[in-house]
Amino acid sequence: MTSPDLRDPALRDPALDAPTAGAATRLRFAAVRSRLRLPSAYRRPMAIVGFTIIALWFIVAIFVPWIAPFDPLAQQFDRLQPPGPVNWFGTDSLGRDVLSRTLYGARISLPLALILVVASAIIGSVLGAIAGYFGRAVDEVIMRVADLVFAFPTIILAMIVTAALGPSLTNAVIALLFVSWPSYARVMRSMVLGARSREYVVAGRLLGFSPFRSLQRDILPNVAAPVLVLATLDFGNAILLLSGLSFLGLGATPPTPEWGAMVADGVQNFSDWWLAAFPGLAIFTVVVAFNLVGDALRDSLDPRTAGAVQGVKI
Amino acid sequence: MSDTTPHGLSLRGLTLELGSKGSATQILRGIDLDIPAGSITGLAGESGSGKTMTGLAICGLQPAGSRLGGTISYTGPRGSAPNLLALKPRAMNALRGREIAMIFQDPTASLHPMITIEAQLTDGMRHHLHVSRSEARTRALALLSRVRVPDPETALKKYPHQFSGGQLQRIAIAIALASEPSVLIADEPTTALDVTVQAGILRLLRELCDTLDLAILLVTHDLGVMSALADTVTVMRYGEVVEHGSRYQVIREPQSAYTKSLIDALPHPPAAVPDAAAAAAPVLGKDAL
Amino acid sequence: MAGHLTVRDAHVTYKLPGRRLLAAVDGVSFDLAPGEVLGLVGESGCGKSTLARAICGLEPLSSGTVTFDGQSIPTLGLRRRPAHLLRIQMVFQNPYSSLNPRRRVGDQIADGLAIAPASERSSVAQLLDDVELDRNAAGMFPHQFSGGQRQRIAIARAMGARPDILVGDEPIASLDASLQAKVATLMRDVALKNGASLLFISHDLSVVRVVADRVAVMQAGRIVETGPVASVWSAPADPYTQRLLAAIPTADGLGRLPAA
Repeated sequence: MTSPDLRDPALRDPALDAPTAGAATRLRFAAVRSRLRLPSAYRRPMAIVGFTIIALWFIVAIFVPWIAPFDPLAQQFDRLQPPGPVNWFGTDSLGRDVLSRTLYGARISLPLALILVVASAIIGSVLGAIAGYFGRAVDEVIMRVADLVFAFPTIILAMIVTAALGPSLTNAVIALLFVSWPSYARVMRSMVLGARSREYVVAGRLLGFSPFRSLQRDILPNVAAPVLVLATLDFGNAILLLSGLSFLGLGATPPTPEWGAMVADGVQNFSDWWLAAFPGLAIFTVVVAFNLVGDALRDSLDPRTAGAVQGVKI
Repeated sequence: MSDTTPHGLSLRGLTLELGSKGSATQILRGIDLDIPAGSITGLAGESGSGKTMTGLAICGLQPAGSRLGGTISYTGPRGSAPNLLALKPRAMNALRGREIAMIFQDPTASLHPMITIEAQLTDGMRHHLHVSRSEARTRALALLSRVRVPDPETALKKYPHQFSGGQLQRIAIAIALASEPSVLIADEPTTALDVTVQAGILRLLRELCDTLDLAILLVTHDLGVMSALADTVTVMRYGEVVEHGSRYQVIREPQSAYTKSLIDALPHPPAAVPDAAAAAAPVLGKDAL
Repeated sequence: MAGHLTVRDAHVTYKLPGRRLLAAVDGVSFDLAPGEVLGLVGESGCGKSTLARAICGLEPLSSGTVTFDGQSIPTLGLRRRPAHLLRIQMVFQNPYSSLNPRRRVGDQIADGLAIAPASERSSVAQLLDDVELDRNAAGMFPHQFSGGQRQRIAIARAMGARPDILVGDEPIASLDASLQAKVATLMRDVALKNGASLLFISHDLSVVRVVADRVAVMQAGRIVETGPVASVWSAPADPYTQRLLAAIPTADGLGRLPAA
C-alpha cells in the first residue's frame, strides 16, 4: 500500500487504505500517470490522429532522402505536368517534382518551427517569470515592451523586421522570435504572480531560499504545464508565420523547397492547382495536428494536475 | 397517501458507484437512513466517508457518470414518491426544487455574486409556487425576517458581497426555504463560520425544524455541532453506516469502535457525567429558544 | 537561553480602496519566552494571521516593533532571509498547498535541515520519526499523503531548521476533526522536545486549551485578554472571551445549543 504511516491506524488516511476510497488513491495516481505519460490518448482519438500525423512528418523530415522519389532541386521533368504516375503531385514551373519538394519541405519548416517555438518559449518564460517575481520597475519595463510588440499585427511587425535584416530563413526566424515571445511572457508572468504567494513558496523563502532558488525550485516546475500547452498550440502558428514570410518572399530564397515559398510559386501559376495545393496541404496537416495535440494536452493537464496538486477528494 | 405514514425521507440500501463498469468504485455501499419530519438527523463521518455524497444523492446532485442504486422514498404534505431514483429527470427536478432544499458549507460560493438578494430569493418562489412579483417580494421579506437578517427591506437590494459570512448563510437558508420545502439538507452549514456566528445559525436551524416541521439532514464532521443540534446521529465510514442511534447514545455510549475512536480524538472527550445529571439535563431544542 | 520574541505595540495597516485604512493588527504587545507555548485565539478577520506573518517578516509593520533576541525583524523583500531569522519557522494552515507538489518529501525536509547549525543538525529519518511518519515517506511526493500526514511533513520541515520559535498559523484548521487534537499535541511535543517555543494560532479554543500554556485572545486587531490557559478557560475576564467560550458547542450528547 501507499500509506507510509502503518504504525498508527488512527493516523492513516482513510482515503489511502479504505477499500472505498482506494478510489481516491487510484484517482490520484491516475492523475500522476497521465501527467508523466503523454495524454491518455485512448480516451482522445483526435489526439492520436494528431500524434500520428506529427510523428509521420518527423519521420519524413529525418528519412526524406530515402523516401522522396526524386531530387527536389533537379529540373529533370517537363514543366507544369499535372499529377500522374511518375510525378504523383505533378511538376512545377522549372520541371521539379512537387512531391519530392513537399517532402523535403518538412526538413526546413519543422526544425525551424521547433527552434522558433522553443526559443521564444524560453525567452518569453524567463522574462515573464522575472517580471512576475520581482515586480515593480522590472515588471513595468518588460511588460510595456511586450505590450509594444503586441500592439502591432504580428505578421506586419515580422515583415518589417525581416525587411530590415534582409530576406533569409534565419532572419525570418529572428523576426518571428521578436514577435512571439510576449505571449509566453504574459502567461508566465500571471502564473508566477499567482504562484508567488502560495504557501510552499513562502515556506521556501522562510527556509532561506534566495529569489532565484525559489523561482527555480518552487515556482517554475509548478507553472510549466500551461507554457508547454501554449508552445504546442503555438507550433502550428509558427509554421504558418514562417510560411507566410516565405510566401511574401521574405523567408526562404529560391530554390529552397519551403512550403510557404512553394505556395507562393503556385499562386503565380494559378491554373496549375497542384503547385499550391500540396504544400498547402502539408502546412494544413501539420498545423491541425499540433492544434489537436495541444488541445488534448491542455485538457489532460489542466483539471488533472490541479486535482493532483490539491488532492482529489470524493 | 395515508396519514399514518410519517412524513420525511427514507433511504434504503442506497449505493453509489463512480467510474467505468469494469473499475467501478463504491462510494456508498448500502446506506439505510430515515430523515423524519420535525427532527434533525445527524450524519457524521470524516472526509471521504461518503456523508456529503449521501446528501448530494438525495438532491439528485451526484457527480455525472455515477450510478445510484437502492431506494429513496419521500412522503410529504403535498404528495409522495416511493422512489426518487426511479423518477424521470423532469419530475425529479420539480420535486427537488420544491420539496428538497439544500444549503452548503460556503455561502459565498453558493450565492450568485452578480444578482441581488431579492432576485435570488424570488426566482425559485415564482418558478415553483407561481406567485406574482409583489407576492414573491412580500414572502421574501417575511423569510428574511424569519431567518433574522436585520433590515430586510434594504437587504433585498444588496448583493452577496455586502454581507458577512453569517448573514449570507442566513440568506442561503432563506433561499432554500423560499419554495416551502419539507426537507432541508444542510451540508456542513457552519463549518466556514466563526463559533460565535455558528451558535446563531445552529439556533436558527433548530427553530426552523421545530416550527416548520422540517425534516433536516445535518451533515457535519463536528461532533460538538452534532451534539448541540442533532436528535439522532448516524456515523458513516467508507461509505457504510457504522453506527446509528440517539444523540446521547452515540456520543456518550458509542457501540462501534470507530465511533469510540472519533469521540476519544476530541480535545475534551465528554467526561463521565453521572447519568442522573444527564437525565436531569433538559432536552433542549424547542424550549431552548 | 536564546530565542526571546518581543512584540511591542505592533500595528499593521492595509490601504483599502477609497483611501480608507484597515488596521488589521491594532497595537498588540506580548512576549514569547523560550520553551513556552502561547496560544493565540480569535475569529476570522481578527488579525491573528497577519500578526503571525508580521512576526515572520512577511508583512510590514506600520508602527511598533517585533524583536527577536533584541534584533528587529525586517520585512522579507527580494533578498534572502537573514541568517539569524531562520530560527523563526512557520507551519501553514493548508497542508495541501504548503508543500511543493513536485518535489519529494525527503528533499523538502532536507531544505529545513540545510539551514540548521551543523552541531544541532538532525536527519530526515530522525525528523520523520519525530512526527511519527514512516521513513519511507522521504521518497514519496506530497500528493501520496493525507492532509494530516502532510501537516506532519510540514512540521518536520520546519523543525529540521532547528528553530527557536515555531509559528503555527491555523495548522489544524483544515484537518479532519479526529486529527486536530492529535496533530496539535504532536506539534507541541516536537517543538518542546527540540527546545523551541511555539506560537499556536487557532480559532479553536478547545484545541488551544489542550496545547498551550498561556493564551492570548484577539479581537479586531487587539489582544483583549491574556493569561494562563486554565484560568482564562475557567474564569474568562473579558466579555468577548466569555462569549467565545460560551459559543463552543460541547460534544456531551445533551443537545445543548450554545449561547448565541
